[in-house]
Amino acid sequence: MSAIKELTKGLFKENPTFRVVLGMCPTLAVTTLAANGLGMGLSTTAVLVASNAVISLLRKFIPDKIRIPSFIVIAATFVTMVDMLLNAYAPELHSQLGIFIPLIVVNCIILGRAEAFASKNPVIPSILDGLGMGLGFTLSLTVLGSIREILAAGTIFGRSIMGTGFEPFAIFGSPAGGFLALGLLMALVNMIFKKFRLE
Amino acid sequence: MTSILVIFFGAVFVNNFVLSRFLGICPFLGVSKKVETSIGMGMAVTFVMGLASLATWLLEYYVLVPFNLPYLRTIVFILVIAALVQFVELVIRKISPVLYQALGIYLPLITTNCAVLGVALLNIQLKYNLLESVVFGVAAAIGFTLALVIMAGIRERLELVFIPKHFRGVSIALIIAGILSIAFMGFQGMM
Repeated sequence: MSAIKELTKGLFKENPTFRVVLGMCPTLAVTTLAANGLGMGLSTTAVLVASNAVISLLRKFIPDKIRIPSFIVIAATFVTMVDMLLNAYAPELHSQLGIFIPLIVVNCIILGRAEAFASKNPVIPSILDGLGMGLGFTLSLTVLGSIREILAAGTIFGRSIMGTGFEPFAIFGSPAGGFLALGLLMALVNMIFKKFRLE
Repeated sequence: MTSILVIFFGAVFVNNFVLSRFLGICPFLGVSKKVETSIGMGMAVTFVMGLASLATWLLEYYVLVPFNLPYLRTIVFILVIAALVQFVELVIRKISPVLYQALGIYLPLITTNCAVLGVALLNIQLKYNLLESVVFGVAAAIGFTLALVIMAGIRERLELVFIPKHFRGVSIALIIAGILSIAFMGFQGMM
């Protein structure tokens, strides 16, 4: 029962993007297309699960005083691996995400979960926590990416869905549109949570 | 000389780090509640980003490239930045307790400010030389400070007005950032 809770809390109740407001930089920067949002989300999930697992295994050996640098080095190792894997197997996504792949290291979600969860809990719950949080992040990024892609280009995952008479809102493809779309979506999520008393 | 000026104004206005490159959004949303604290944070970030640009550039071209280790870049850079932030904290505490009181609480936050690692990586990606890298680092930080201070000014006023219930907090801050970003798009014609 508690295993399911660890896994699902990240998806909705403690969703890193909409509820806890972490990892805003990649959220805004890569979500011009739904596919990019999904790719970024899954890359972050991979790093989060792996670093949570390793940090949890090492939690009794890492001295308290140098725990933050240790967590960062562990996360950076996995980020480098993801960076190389994407470069080899998904070069197009790799070039689209650009410097935001190495910047996964400083995504507050990684350090936040390491500090708040993995450094205090056994391996299995830590992996589930990482997976849940990562998938919650992926979900938010994919939703935001889809909305921006539909509004800015009339497509979703590259497929046209809005018909021929559709006038695209180019602004949603630009940085300003990223801020606006996320701000409006966040207000909507707040409303849904209040309405159904989910908090 | 002109290329230095282009880099400087480009980083402050045209490609503002916060409003168009999306780097350093967390402190932008978190710290920008009072003008005074945003200026403090901005000064600390400017100092660290200038130093970090210098240190990471030297490391890249005198250590990583000669020894053929560019794949270690992310790990090395983040460690150097973390160490640098600690070092700056120690030095400021020793030399100027007044400055330490003003900047002290912001310094630990800077390690995870993605603008710092971002500027170090962009310097390498854009193939800047040493002088250009440092100018780019400082200019990017000034751009960050500018966005932070403008945002703080708006948010101070926002406390006095009515905001629809669901928009309170981060949501309205993001929408304001969007409008600011539209305003900064106007600088694109400048270059």
